[in-house]
Amino acid sequence: MVNLKINNINVTVTDDITILEAAQQYNINIPTLCYYPDLHINSDCRICVVEIEGYKGLKTACSTPVREGMNILTNTPKILNSRKTITELILSNHDASCTSCIRNMSCELQSLAKNLGININRFENVLEKKEIDDHNPSLVRNANRCIKCGRCIDVCKDVQAMHVLESMGRGHEMEIKPAFGRYLSDEFCTFCGQCANVCPVGAIIEKDNTDIVWEKLYDSNYHVMVQVAPAVRVSIGEEIGLETGLISNGKLVSAIKRLGFNNVYDTDFSADLTIMEEGTELINRIKTGGVLPLLTSCCPGWINLAEQEYPEILPHISSCKSPQQMFGTLAKTYFAEKENMDPKKIYVVSIMPCTAKKYEATRRELRIDNKTPDVDIVLTTRELGKMFRQMGIDFNQIDEVEFDNPFGISTGAAALFGATGGVTEAALRTVYEILNEKPLEDINFTSVRGMKGIKETEIKLGDLNVKVAVSHSLSNARILIEEVIAGTSPYSFIEIMACPGGCIGGGGQPYGTTNEVRLERIASTYLVDGNMVYRKSHENPSIKKLYKDYLIEPNSSMAHHLLHTKYSPKNI
Amino acid sequence: MIEQIELTKRFNKIDPQSINDFLEFDGYKVFKKVLTMNSNEIINEIALSKITGRGGAGFPVSIKMSSFANETGVKYIVCNADEGEPGNFKDRYLMEKDPHQVIEGILISAYSTGASKGFIYIRGEYSKSIDIIRHSIKEAYKNNYLGDNILGSNFSFELEIRRGAGAYICGEEFALIESIEGKPGRTRVKPPFPTQQGVFNKPTLINNVETFCNLPFILRIGGNEYSKIGSEYATGTKLISLTGNVNNKGLYEVPYGRTIREVIEILGGGVKDNKEIGMVQLGGACGAIIPESLLDMDIDNEKFAIFDSKMGAGAIIVMDESFDLFDILLKNMEFFQHETCGKCMPCREGHIQVLNLIKKFVRYSATKDDYLSLESLANVIHETTLCGLGQTSMTSILSTIKFFQEEYQQRIRESLFKEGY
Repeated sequence: MVNLKINNINVTVTDDITILEAAQQYNINIPTLCYYPDLHINSDCRICVVEIEGYKGLKTACSTPVREGMNILTNTPKILNSRKTITELILSNHDASCTSCIRNMSCELQSLAKNLGININRFENVLEKKEIDDHNPSLVRNANRCIKCGRCIDVCKDVQAMHVLESMGRGHEMEIKPAFGRYLSDEFCTFCGQCANVCPVGAIIEKDNTDIVWEKLYDSNYHVMVQVAPAVRVSIGEEIGLETGLISNGKLVSAIKRLGFNNVYDTDFSADLTIMEEGTELINRIKTGGVLPLLTSCCPGWINLAEQEYPEILPHISSCKSPQQMFGTLAKTYFAEKENMDPKKIYVVSIMPCTAKKYEATRRELRIDNKTPDVDIVLTTRELGKMFRQMGIDFNQIDEVEFDNPFGISTGAAALFGATGGVTEAALRTVYEILNEKPLEDINFTSVRGMKGIKETEIKLGDLNVKVAVSHSLSNARILIEEVIAGTSPYSFIEIMACPGGCIGGGGQPYGTTNEVRLERIASTYLVDGNMVYRKSHENPSIKKLYKDYLIEPNSSMAHHLLHTKYSPKNI
Repeated sequence: MIEQIELTKRFNKIDPQSINDFLEFDGYKVFKKVLTMNSNEIINEIALSKITGRGGAGFPVSIKMSSFANETGVKYIVCNADEGEPGNFKDRYLMEKDPHQVIEGILISAYSTGASKGFIYIRGEYSKSIDIIRHSIKEAYKNNYLGDNILGSNFSFELEIRRGAGAYICGEEFALIESIEGKPGRTRVKPPFPTQQGVFNKPTLINNVETFCNLPFILRIGGNEYSKIGSEYATGTKLISLTGNVNNKGLYEVPYGRTIREVIEILGGGVKDNKEIGMVQLGGACGAIIPESLLDMDIDNEKFAIFDSKMGAGAIIVMDESFDLFDILLKNMEFFQHETCGKCMPCREGHIQVLNLIKKFVRYSATKDDYLSLESLANVIHETTLCGLGQTSMTSILSTIKFFQEEYQQRIRESLFKEGY
């Protein structure tokens, strides 16, 4: 422990932390800009500068370790002037058309400028307009708004091991962009959107599809339905200013109904269906000596990585479409036939925690008749929040409503899809009981839960002891994939999610998705599971009915035709 | 005589391409003696000498060395020969006129600290220096001053050249280290310091060429004797790169304690064409600009602590009365605006604005507000930037605000009448 003074307050902290962390422990707020809790400390913005007695110049609180006897001041006129000047400088090279920016009122630079009291900018605007990259279905990169804080580089490099974004050029000409200034679509980008999630300003954002949805909602030619992903119900609260990890089921459905959708369905339903199909695929592969380990296919960011960089891994990936796409297919086949509707008049919207899902929905393989996409448009959790705000919906003023049927009944297993390890846990609950023909004693697989990068467990399936592994974030995925390619992987089943924490930590989730926040959303996810009537996918009565009425049995030729797909190497 | 020839004693007396010439002129003699000493003895001599780093920052050499010596595992020595500061050419002379002295200094550091591999990072434009050092390294390997079991001892050391690619910032220690690793030259956050995590995140001792060249000298005469050379503020001799409007431009070696006026008038032979001195910039583009009235200061690190600007690497740039202050500042700021690496925000976004403000002074369109913005901005860049570039780039502005205040005021007054000129 070391003793020091911050603003004349005596502070006693451990000696392995920074001044910023010490100040936070004593509720002394030092403004920051480039700092992000889970990322590398770049110390580039210099906003968090403080004065330390006996030290030359101002020092950044984020990067300076505490020392015994330090006497630190955090808000002298000199410091305030420095922060203001730096903020003015940043604004002088920034497209500050705030009211037309998606980050208006949620922009970290804007709130910094407001808190510091920047009324005028003494410096002339030196912004040179650059081309906006919106050449992909998921993300838009607007370099005119980039403040070059480096968070996107760090998350892309250190967390995702993708290295798509880098800083290039020097001095005032320095820019953050993909190599050779190419478009994201020409790069090994998986569209995971983690860069968009950590960006403090509006420089990388999801492609906003809310206008299209509003149009379709008021177009009488279309029957517009929506599906809501498992991870959205534990994060939408944050998006609309409620507490972190709030579980909103009934109110979420109610609010979405108010937007004008004809039906509000639950992706949890098709998650249960995924477990039936993927679980059966696993059982068959184990029984017939098929390609193992079987790798999950629900995450489009991961599928992009596999197709782009690991073509030899493709036979390992489950042929199951993702729950989002299974839902879309069923809506335009099963539902259309049942309701006697033209599938082309059914418009399927998804609410996803994910930006890569926007890309997935446009894939050629995922269309019901080569033309009509399974899913028409994808909105992120943030875009849903935007629609709520546009409509003036207040969660405090609305009642709770149930999901519509037939795609509204789901299980706790499906709810787990939102968290890392969830697909594995759901699959094991079902596969165990089908193969062993007896109920599981403990359905909670706690060893695959939580934020550890790679988790594993073992389970007895028939006569075999089967090892399974779970990874989240693409840097961890690479470790497991490379083992599989090298032939040294001890596992039979591997769950891979591109984003840290799984979908609850997705690129389309509310801003401020730190690991601390992820843990709260994960905790809520397990609460949702615990409160469900059914907790195993094969017990879902709607799923049973679907097989009885339409699909016959898991992996039937009908199921294969509708619910499975193919992958192919993608050349960049 | 105000010079004291120590580091430059072999200049023009030996063929720099001949290791035999060097050996005949006491070359590697000190290193051989050092091989019989232990690490503590060597570093202790260096501590007694009170030598400070010659690259500009003036950090005590022995402190750096002993903390580096305490590190274990793979360790690197880096010789910083990326002499990019305008007006400086001492390292170039040291490499081109007496290359083995540089290698001897590096060897002494490596042996005393337990490093087994070194890099000389040479400014890309210094083709001749690179050729000469390359040849000398080859000769040193051939004669077993480099390589395995040097001169039959247990000490082995590898030395390689790394060629810079033209960025000024790569003279900054961490940018240089990044560049050695093959990355763009951008600094890192400290701590950890290079002696803890430098090249490839291994402990690294990085020193300027002139610092290394001082080590054979210190160990030849002993730390105590060395500490008697110089002034109460700094010990040893200093290489001075004297340029500008003087009659005898060139490289001079003087003990600390000499005044700038002595160097300019006695060694430099005074100002060309019998003009008056207008201003003198010390250290290079990152140094203070002072008026003629301050020339009686010593050439030593401490007394030069005007706005933290010390003597820097040892450049003295003399400008006669015909030069306009704002033209000079414009050149300085254009240089830094081009050379800032772009990593930290006040440096990246600040220099272009400083340049814009200085342009207003040059064009006679400056206002009182412009002056206030300039002063405030220069202070913020100086106080808040991440590395030495931004911390020192404003010295010319800040020093002239102090010593040439009247010129600023006059330019603002004249701007009222000459706007648009």
